[in-house]
Amino acid sequence: MTEEQAIIEVGKDTLLGRVADFHFQGYRLVQICCTPLEDAIEVNYSFDLNYSFTNLRLSVKPGEEIQSISIIYWSAFVYENEMRELFGLNIKNIVVDYQGHFYRTAMPTPFVTPGPVESPADGE
Amino acid sequence: MAQRNIIPFGPQHPVLPEPIHLDLVTEDETVVEAIPSIGFVHRGLEKLVEKKDYQEFVYVAERICGICSFMHGMTYCQAVEEIMGLDVPPRALYLRTVWAELSRIHSHLMWLGLAADAFGFESLFMNCWRHREGVLDIIEATTGGRVIFGSCKIGGVRRDIDDGTMKGIVKKLETMASEIRRSTDVFLNDYSVQHRLKGVGVIDGEEAHRLGTVGPVLRASGIAMDARKIGYAAYRDLKFEPVIEKDGDCYSRCRVRVREVFQSIELIAQAAQKIPPGETEIRVTGAPEGEYFSRVEQPRGEVIYYVKADGTKNLKRFRVRTPTFANLPAMVKMLKGAGLADVPNIILTIDPCISCVER
Repeated sequence: MTEEQAIIEVGKDTLLGRVADFHFQGYRLVQICCTPLEDAIEVNYSFDLNYSFTNLRLSVKPGEEIQSISIIYWSAFVYENEMRELFGLNIKNIVVDYQGHFYRTAMPTPFVTPGPVESPADGE
Repeated sequence: MAQRNIIPFGPQHPVLPEPIHLDLVTEDETVVEAIPSIGFVHRGLEKLVEKKDYQEFVYVAERICGICSFMHGMTYCQAVEEIMGLDVPPRALYLRTVWAELSRIHSHLMWLGLAADAFGFESLFMNCWRHREGVLDIIEATTGGRVIFGSCKIGGVRRDIDDGTMKGIVKKLETMASEIRRSTDVFLNDYSVQHRLKGVGVIDGEEAHRLGTVGPVLRASGIAMDARKIGYAAYRDLKFEPVIEKDGDCYSRCRVRVREVFQSIELIAQAAQKIPPGETEIRVTGAPEGEYFSRVEQPRGEVIYYVKADGTKNLKRFRVRTPTFANLPAMVKMLKGAGLADVPNIILTIDPCISCVER
């Protein structure tokens, strides 16, 4: 393996504390990404310090509210605006909030896995 | 109090033929806020991974960008190879390094040409692109393609470069280096270029690091971060140090790219000297199961590929964080307080690739 990559599970109550700890140690915010699962959305917050790569992993239930980390890492606002607009994540207190106008999308939250398509009833 | 106006910049603009839109909030001639919006040509390639065979998806990954296409394919292959625990033959790793550095040279020369064109130095623009043609010729001779190489595959590479051709490439690049230097000396020494770029769009090292900036933008602010130092492909065997500049302005970002052109020529010479004989690919069977974040230093900076697989031929998740996306917060910061006339130069020196962002 080219590099060891740690993945640390966190809860939404402990997220900000862990992120603040990374910030204090001088980690760079590398990226934030979402993975839609069957019953939740998995959010990976990736950090790097001297080429050491670490991830915080948070599982978010549909409709659940999470806090923005942009108050700690200002640059997180681009990732968080993206997650909200493409995946419909309910993120509070983003420091630069584009109010849904960061991505020009033809439909709201296009990356949310769609539910089963219902067939129109007979005669419709 | 000065009157506030909103000036739209893009998605079509003479210095930036890429579809990003910025609302520039100005007071007189000063930008007080820049509000970006993207998504004009979003292609949904990340979603396509759910329908394509994981081995065929290399072709899609290569088409994310027409400039660093090879590096996109390589980053994707690395991610899958790490998940599957494949031992890629050393010769293939060296060949990937050579093609990656050729991509960096042609990307930087293309950027230098575009920058020259933006300043109004049309002759310099044509010279930079003439040099770039020489690099594209090498790429075409060794891969068969000029934009999409199609030479990277999971488990290795599809083509080999024989020793005679490799020596010829090194010799040609050495000859080109002196010609390229004549053009790059203009960038580094010309009064007009310095006047337009020095002290413009300044971002210091601490702030650049805090903003998650990557690539030449970060290194121009004095931070020696280069994903090649992780040691992927053959970089662990090559001697190099990240190119850094201290001032963090548009001129420093230009200097970093100029110096990286010559660094890449040197890295190709080292790789040509050390490349071992042997196979260039291994047979790949089965399907990946697991996840990995693959990191590669593209011409614009560190790219991240997140790949998650569940043991079937279709991947579960494929996510690309491009260097341009990582540099957006820095761009927003740099534009705040800038003069309106400096906006094109600031954006240009980030070398944004919206094609990559709209993956």
